[in-house]
Amino acid sequence: MAYSVCILGMEVLVSVRHSLLALLSAGPMHGYGLKTEFEAATGDVWPLNVGQVYTTLGRLERDGLVTAEAEADGQKLYEITGAGRDELRRWFETPVPREVIPRQELAIKLVFAVKSGAADVTAVVRQQRVATVRALQEVTRLKAAAESGGDLAWLLMLDALVFQAEAEARWLDMCEARLARENVAAGRARRHPEIPAEQAAERSN
Amino acid sequence: MTVLDIDHAGRIFGSGRLRVVALDNVSLRISAGEFVAVMGPSGSGKSTLLRLAGGLDRPTSGRVLQAGRDLAGLDEAGLAEARRRQIGFVFQEANLLASLTAAENVALALELDGVKPKAAMAGARGLLDSLGLGAVEGRFPGQLSGGEQQRVAIARGVAGGRSLLLADEPTGAVDALTGESVMGLLHQRCTTGCAVVLATHNVRHAAWADRVVFLNDGRLVGEAGPAAGPEYLLGTGQER
Repeated sequence: MAYSVCILGMEVLVSVRHSLLALLSAGPMHGYGLKTEFEAATGDVWPLNVGQVYTTLGRLERDGLVTAEAEADGQKLYEITGAGRDELRRWFETPVPREVIPRQELAIKLVFAVKSGAADVTAVVRQQRVATVRALQEVTRLKAAAESGGDLAWLLMLDALVFQAEAEARWLDMCEARLARENVAAGRARRHPEIPAEQAAERSN
Repeated sequence: MTVLDIDHAGRIFGSGRLRVVALDNVSLRISAGEFVAVMGPSGSGKSTLLRLAGGLDRPTSGRVLQAGRDLAGLDEAGLAEARRRQIGFVFQEANLLASLTAAENVALALELDGVKPKAAMAGARGLLDSLGLGAVEGRFPGQLSGGEQQRVAIARGVAGGRSLLLADEPTGAVDALTGESVMGLLHQRCTTGCAVVLATHNVRHAAWADRVVFLNDGRLVGEAGPAAGPEYLLGTGQER
């Protein structure tokens, strides 16, 4: 139902099913037309393979959300049904579940960097931040170019990517700060073994 | 052309037990028209770096060169002159003079450069116009939104063709969308040859820059951007 794509190093989950229903709510379309409209709406950065479009349309037809009418040239024209419009409305009305956590690999990498002691965690954090900010710079450049174009949907999507990268960068700042505090506390504990560790950490704040 | 060359600069405050290393062996070279953002936590040395860059403070080690000239060779009057001619400053608060209109605020900067009042007003209007602020030129700061005030302050900072604009958290007091327009304006100035150094906590705003450098405990600890290379990290030491 949802598939994950990687754009500018950031993972994005896309519900193809509902995107197609949304396009069809404006009027009947052919499968290939849906593919190109989807890509145009998302600025051509989320390529959608045509096989995936037809597989999804087949499922939507099976579930009674669209009807397909074969034309003389054998092409099928797809039309949204009443149930399809209900499903679309439900999609818009329901918040996206928060269990979709992008960049899990990074969190896992840091957890194991800390646990295993096999890596310089601060160095891992700093390298990642450079990569994250670089991705953010790329999206920001796209945004600067898009500001004059006036494509609101595209700008909203770029904003989404910007804030996603920002969250990651700020989290990495936090990781760096925590690591620094830990290092100071550990140093104090070595020099003053009589002070409990928590107190040492407090003092370093 | 290099407009600013911070060469292995250090800044130590106090001595003995009160000794604080605010900047430690930092090298950063900025070319004409380049937009560089400096990021780092509070106390990492961002503001100290900007103060050294702007000749508001002197390094305790290393050198700061503006357009190839070592600021150490200048007395206070010479420093003030170099600042006024070459460098614009924008701070978190726009600090516009309340009794002057937007255009008059910008014109004042030009008059201090020796431009005659009439020509200064014409220059100020032209500049505000080119920055999309023509509609507010006759308004007083009290009649402007926070974002407009900040953009007028940027106009004032770059008036007279200054080659370097130093901005310390200029978006601290405005909302997200207005912040973007302020960044857009800084970005626009860079395309006309004025270099910009922005100190900020906001990574979204920093991402407008060509390069983003990261400071921590007074040291450069990383850099993101097209021109990333070890030359900017020379001698800073990645780890302690």
